[in-house]
Amino acid sequence: MYSSRKICLPLVAILLAAASLAGAAEPGSFGYGRVASPAQIAGWDIDVRGEDGAGLPPGKGTVDRGADVYAEQCAACHGTFGEGEGRFPKLVGGVGSLRDERPELTVGSYWPFAPTLWDYINRAMPMAAPHTLSADDVYALTAYILSLNDLVPHDFVADRNSLPKVKMRNRDNFIWTDPRPDTIAKPCMNACVNAADVRISSTAEGRDLTPRTTGPLDTMQPK
Amino acid sequence: MRPDPLRSKAVLSDLAGPDAPVARRSFLRLGAALTGSLALGSKPAMADPAQESPPADAPWSQSIGAGVVDRPYGRPADTEASVIRRNVPWLTASAESSVSFSPLQDLHGIITPNGLFFERHHAGRPDIDPAQHKLMIHGLVERPLLLTMKDILRFPSISRIHFIECPANGGMNWRAAQMNSLQFSHGMVSCAEWTGVRLSTLLEEVGVKKEAKWAMVEGADGAHMNRSLPLDKCLDDCLVVYAQNGEALRPEQGYPLRLVVPGWEGNVNIKWLRRIKLGDKPWHSREETSKYTDLMPDGTSRGFTWLIDAKSVVTFPCPEKPLDGPGLYEIRGLAWTGNGKVRRVDVSMDGGVNWQTARLHEPVLSKALTKFTLPWRWDGRPALVASRVIDEAGYVQPTIAELRKQRGSNSVYHNNSIQTWQVKSDGSVFNVQLA
Repeated sequence: MYSSRKICLPLVAILLAAASLAGAAEPGSFGYGRVASPAQIAGWDIDVRGEDGAGLPPGKGTVDRGADVYAEQCAACHGTFGEGEGRFPKLVGGVGSLRDERPELTVGSYWPFAPTLWDYINRAMPMAAPHTLSADDVYALTAYILSLNDLVPHDFVADRNSLPKVKMRNRDNFIWTDPRPDTIAKPCMNACVNAADVRISSTAEGRDLTPRTTGPLDTMQPK
Repeated sequence: MRPDPLRSKAVLSDLAGPDAPVARRSFLRLGAALTGSLALGSKPAMADPAQESPPADAPWSQSIGAGVVDRPYGRPADTEASVIRRNVPWLTASAESSVSFSPLQDLHGIITPNGLFFERHHAGRPDIDPAQHKLMIHGLVERPLLLTMKDILRFPSISRIHFIECPANGGMNWRAAQMNSLQFSHGMVSCAEWTGVRLSTLLEEVGVKKEAKWAMVEGADGAHMNRSLPLDKCLDDCLVVYAQNGEALRPEQGYPLRLVVPGWEGNVNIKWLRRIKLGDKPWHSREETSKYTDLMPDGTSRGFTWLIDAKSVVTFPCPEKPLDGPGLYEIRGLAWTGNGKVRRVDVSMDGGVNWQTARLHEPVLSKALTKFTLPWRWDGRPALVASRVIDEAGYVQPTIAELRKQRGSNSVYHNNSIQTWQVKSDGSVFNVQLA
């Protein structure tokens, strides 16, 4: 009894180890769900890569056609010329403003890749009925918005070949590796600064920005 | 003499109203929590002898209460009606693409109740039928899969407690102290126990091709919100979750399925998760180029700044919870870091001249909110209360001045600076920044 157990335990351990190794390495070991068919994948696979436009579908659109679609689908929020209504995003302007006190981040001033514009309009716009526009209309809108920003000429035709070639103004100003931590502080405990130098530079008191319309917090306003 | 807030029905109904005086409300809460401390620290107010004598029966002690399943799905007491998420109407163009803030001033632990977890939607909250929801995993994989919710529930399950913070939390205070509120200055962080399946388990099941380096994760909301994630992070500690604090995800948190990317900025924790595609390069989607990138003073921008750096905040006192006269108090706060565990929290009452190390409360978990406290005898003089966290990577929470020196004030995101609360001699509390 004792001896057989002694033999059996290592054997079981080896078998278990082999099973778990197989489980980790072999796709489909659980076997749950269904393998996605090419047709199913085609129906779901909507993404477009910004840098090279991989995933852009067939189709095309002109600036003029884009102006018509824009007037109907976009102008109410983004303004007739992309100037933005209310707090909805501006689509044009801000070129050269990125170092200013109040920079304007738009397709023209900030976006690094043109295919991203096609991808975003296609997946998320118009806001109340996203992903309902045809590929041609999304191409046309992309052409029109690029044209509003003077990034393409008026006779530009947007398609899967032309969009990745559009040179965006801010293309080379992104750093895609995180440089943080960018502050290094030593946790001083005593007399860390001169008490006489401690000065309030900014206070929310009296600024009247904290919402007053959301309940009991109202009465927390400065006395 | 202070009126006893529990004395009569009239006072109680007054308290329940939306315009109840703050001082009394906060006295109620503080009274419950600090009875002992106050008695030690200041002269107790003279009480009505009739109220002192037990039994002090209130009406609810001399009647029968509601039966079980009176509320089949429970809810907070009616008198807690002010403990709610709030938004800032002027901040965004519409409520559908907006944020709401968790009421940190009223929360007592490291777990955010599901109804109070902050919200960030890019195209509103979809109400999804789980019977129709599917997750597709495809791209550079051996065996592309389409999984139903039933399928996902069969995989080995795992539960982990993690915070999620929007990188724009505190963004309104980049230029100056703007919001006189803990809720609005820090409320875009929440923490829950998440239950689901490891993303690595799902990726092993489909078989990752060796060229794969990135994953594109996408939601089923109207924004079809999508982000790129490096494969290493996906295989490290990401979770595909269906439950939050023990129950199904709330619709506003991604029901029926969301991604949790521990320690990384909120928007990569894709809600209503419907698709994961593996590829060899990042996608540079709109939400990682036009948004969620950090504009520096020299005009360059940082992209893929996923990590949430260490951050802490004093949650009591705060603008919503002023002090109620001199005496002994317990300073309370929360700390968190995407680097792992909180190692230490220091608290200053004099604007950073001197610091004392606070007590950390167990459990201290990796990439989770951590509670800290420190007793404080307030002498009634003006004070500048602040906290500073140091995480297990040795990273020290910076001041706003140190952050601005590196990043200017246009970067919107990742403001993890030390928060200073100014306490005035009347006990009122204000959001301030120090030079």
